Amino acid sequence: MGIRFVVLVNKQGQTRLAQYFYEHLSLDQRRALEAEIVRKCLARTDLQCSFVEHRNYKIVYRRYASLFFLVGVDNDENELAILEFIHLLVETMDRHFGNVCELDIMFHLEKVHFMLEEMVMNGCIVETSKTNILSPIQLMDKAS
Amino acid sequence: MKNFLLWCCKLAMSLCLMFTVYLNLLLTQTTPIRTSPVCFLFLYSTSTPPDLIQISLKPPPLPFSSLPFPSMEQLKSLGRELAMGSQGGSSKEFLDLVKSIGEARSKSEEDRIILRELETLRRRLSDPDIPRRKMKEYLLRLAYAEMLGHDASFGYIHAVKMAHDDNIMLKRTGYLTVALFLDDGHDLIILIVNTIQKDLRSDNYLVVCAALVAVCKLINEETIPAVLPQVVELLNHPKEAVRKKAVMALHRFHQKSPSSVSHLVSNFRKRLCDNDPGVMGATLCPLFDLISDDASSYKDLVVSLVSILKQVAEKRLPTTYDYHHMPAPFIQIKLLKILALLGSGDKQASNHMYAVLTEIFRKCESSSNIGNAILYECVCCVSSIYPNPKVLDAAIEATSKFLKSESHNLKYMGIDALGRLIRINPDIAEEHQLAVIDCLEDPDDTLKRKTFELLYKMTKSTNVEVIVDRMIDYMINITDNHYKTEIASRCVELAEQFAPSNQWFIQIMNKVFEHAGDLVNPRVAHNLMRLIAEGFGEDDEGADTQLRSSAVASYLRILGEPKLPSLFLQVICWVLGEYGTADGRHSGSYIVGKLCDVAEAHSSDDTVKAYAVSAIMKIFAFELAAGRKVEMLPECQTLIDEVLASHSTDLQQRAYEFQALLALSPQAIENVMPPDASCEDIEIETSLPFLSNYINQAIENGARPYISESERLGTVNTITPASASHYQQDPAHSLRFEAYELPKPRAPPPSIQPSSRSSLPTISSDLVPVSEATYTTREEQHNPKVQTLADQISAEIGVRLKLEGVQKKWGQQTYSSPSAPSTSSSSTQKATNGMVTSDTIRQSSLDSRKQQIPEVSAEKQRLAASLFGKKAAERKTQGSTRRPAKESQHAVATSAPEPPEEKVVVPAVPPPDLLDLNEPSETATPTIDPFKQLEGLLGPAAGSDVASAPSPSVGAVKTPDLMSMFTDTPSIVDSKSSDKGVVSSTIAKKGPNVKEALQKDATARQVGVTPSGNNPNLFKDLLG
Repeated sequence: MGIRFVVLVNKQGQTRLAQYFYEHLSLDQRRALEAEIVRKCLARTDLQCSFVEHRNYKIVYRRYASLFFLVGVDNDENELAILEFIHLLVETMDRHFGNVCELDIMFHLEKVHFMLEEMVMNGCIVETSKTNILSPIQLMDKAS
Repeated sequence: MKNFLLWCCKLAMSLCLMFTVYLNLLLTQTTPIRTSPVCFLFLYSTSTPPDLIQISLKPPPLPFSSLPFPSMEQLKSLGRELAMGSQGGSSKEFLDLVKSIGEARSKSEEDRIILRELETLRRRLSDPDIPRRKMKEYLLRLAYAEMLGHDASFGYIHAVKMAHDDNIMLKRTGYLTVALFLDDGHDLIILIVNTIQKDLRSDNYLVVCAALVAVCKLINEETIPAVLPQVVELLNHPKEAVRKKAVMALHRFHQKSPSSVSHLVSNFRKRLCDNDPGVMGATLCPLFDLISDDASSYKDLVVSLVSILKQVAEKRLPTTYDYHHMPAPFIQIKLLKILALLGSGDKQASNHMYAVLTEIFRKCESSSNIGNAILYECVCCVSSIYPNPKVLDAAIEATSKFLKSESHNLKYMGIDALGRLIRINPDIAEEHQLAVIDCLEDPDDTLKRKTFELLYKMTKSTNVEVIVDRMIDYMINITDNHYKTEIASRCVELAEQFAPSNQWFIQIMNKVFEHAGDLVNPRVAHNLMRLIAEGFGEDDEGADTQLRSSAVASYLRILGEPKLPSLFLQVICWVLGEYGTADGRHSGSYIVGKLCDVAEAHSSDDTVKAYAVSAIMKIFAFELAAGRKVEMLPECQTLIDEVLASHSTDLQQRAYEFQALLALSPQAIENVMPPDASCEDIEIETSLPFLSNYINQAIENGARPYISESERLGTVNTITPASASHYQQDPAHSLRFEAYELPKPRAPPPSIQPSSRSSLPTISSDLVPVSEATYTTREEQHNPKVQTLADQISAEIGVRLKLEGVQKKWGQQTYSSPSAPSTSSSSTQKATNGMVTSDTIRQSSLDSRKQQIPEVSAEKQRLAASLFGKKAAERKTQGSTRRPAKESQHAVATSAPEPPEEKVVVPAVPPPDLLDLNEPSETATPTIDPFKQLEGLLGPAAGSDVASAPSPSVGAVKTPDLMSMFTDTPSIVDSKSSDKGVVSSTIAKKGPNVKEALQKDATARQVGVTPSGNNPNLFKDLLG
């Protein structure tokens, strides 16, 4: 039914953000999974396709400067659409932060999480309008 | 004079020396002299506060000497560091943490940083009154620790407390961290349910939204009832953001426990007609789930969904949903997915979709990724719904564009799409054979696997050998167990379905077992044993013997190899025991020796040992029965002695049985262990007639007759109300207050094997009723570990009972002339290959691809020919092959899109119908409001009414269109989006936005994060 997780890692394989939608994994499971998928994805070249099969699902990944966005999806998901979903996420962050960079995500971890929460619920893409995604976050900023 | 000369010399020398010193000085000083002013200038220009000069004096990332001024890049990054310092609320500590994590060079360094951080946090959090803002920061630091894989459970409770906070930002952070830390079964969840309940009632819609997001992540099955009524109420909240999230919360409940919300499903239909496109789009998610469970009860939605899709594709949604000039692509994709489900195998429903699909195919530009994503989804939809030649052509065209693309991503999608389309028409693959082979040979593993998936789908009897060989070659070289298992089982499946000869089948099985033995389903091993035992059938004993002796020979050879998987060894032992001496080529003692070696080499594997011991017993039995003497080898004796004392009772049993067997006379042995009898049908006397005398006697003596289980249950039912006193006698029943449920008569249990030689389920209806418990123990006995002598043979053969459906595939009648396909298979293969190659070339010369053909290597062509055999070749072989199941599938598949039938069908549809969906896009539709239509759906009887809705007369009456509905309510959003639109357009042009970057950078420095060392990329724009 859709997206299992969204993980951001940098070129060194350090996790920058991780959100799981299907089930809550224990620390060890998360660590192992992230290490495994990072190894798989980072070893690939630009020429190869942006999809990797992993266990019984797929990982769609996309690289922006030093950051890799890895999205785990079920097998019946449209990979190209997920690839564009990643781009939409980055565009949304970019609209909020302006010229978004790795450091922005690190300093505003919670806001990126909020954006993801607005965009994906129960593993489904529910909102794709940047205005709608960002308006609650901006309102919260104002309120506090 | 001489003195003077000397002095002059000295002077000259000293001058020289001084000069060189001066020169040296000059040279060494150049660098500091040149850099320092630049540095100063730079520091000055960025007006760094004095206390931060220390940090900014760090060596610059690039030698400035090469540039008169720091580059834009450097300015920007330095400035950004300054900017981070002035973050609202973030303390120096937090910034330091982020900075040090960002610069950590290795995992161990990162771990050290986090462990130190956790220590600090533990200390800080023990402080009873922490300011709330500080607490938020601590929680984020904990979140960092958890994200990087360290336990921060000591802080969980603070996250729960934070969710109570009144400030919305803090509250949402609290919920977020709780969701990140805890899974929905955690003990602390119960504490948060109360908070969620309170927040769902809040006046502030942001608070309600935060709570609903938390509901989706934290509410488990048990706590659903606590929030369900409130969530349902919120479905009608005036704010669209709340409605959307309430829909998703309900969706979550449906995922978690479908029964808890089964009565609320109609709400999803209602929300599909929501005024807000966001709510409508979100509602598609639960609807997709519901429809994939049960498509038939949602057929009435087809018309409405199609008209929504059409309006979306016509850009009637607010432009904020556009993505790269595509109107709401994610909603389109979801709609296409749902339509694919609804139209699957339903001609009537599919009829509604053709027009809109054609329209999307026509409109979608294939230059952008998102356009291709929609095209791909259309192809999926087309391949799933009832086929229509026109739409199918469009899908084929889109697919061939994918396959011809340079991009690996598109090729991947193309291969997948092709795999879907060939289900409708297998011929489609032929046109793309070279593209497919390119993908198969691509170094990219993902693409390769996808191609194997395609090959698996298009396997026929003509190309099975090539495909399975390829698969096995690939399987041998991969280490990923998950995929290895999958590909091994696919090899087995294809081999079972399409094997051209039994010999080939055995060869393939051997290879699969050898390389992936531990990953193969045991069923496969039993299949193989069964095949060897049954052979080609009774007609040709010679071929059977030949098959078996070739199997024996190959196994004796394979036994020499190290590290064979257990399952494979079991097969080998069984075959050697059953047929090792059958052809007289190998002496009994030779085989026994080999079997002893196996048992010895795998002394820790009891199952293999058990198989080996039984096989040895069989060899002895056959030899003794034939009147030959077998000498007891010393290693065999040691093995038996060892097994006699084994801890495994099963092994012991086998050994004792072996000993007992040796003591019997040859005739008795022959009766106990008849040679090559594993396939004989065995008659079982299920009524146990030999006991009837005894029973009759007992009944005469006054014993009660046996009442079968079903009879017992029947009588119990009738008796209970009458004899209530019966229960009072039994104190064990006295505590139960509610009514007892009626005991259900049990389904007839599976056949068992009461007698020693039963192996096939010849009887099942007239089984002696035995209580359930006995059955289960009996069935456990089939486990090879616990067997009696009586059961043993039958169990070894008896496992065949589990092979449901295999008989069809390996039916004997199909091999009326077995020698032909088996022995001459290679030659016929070649022959067909040759023919196919010439065929393809001839055909392709007519193709557009004709220039490419000469460039393609001969090897590839051969491969292509063997993979994509021509129809004629297939037909010819199909005539003589078996496997009715798959064949009929083929027949259905090929006949379905058969042109003559289809061509009758299409004009049969009244043209206005098609036009209705097609043409009114410009004219009629604006007057039809799909959401209004949908409202009619809610009543159960309304479905038929809506089905007729799109007729113009009804449409004319209907009021405003989707467009106006979407535009008048979210007008606020729109006005915002208009000025946002300007921003987005500037962003869209992108490139380093100098002013913004500088502004941000101007303050960043304070943090002291330099891109200097290890991770200069921290500052790179993601989109730059």
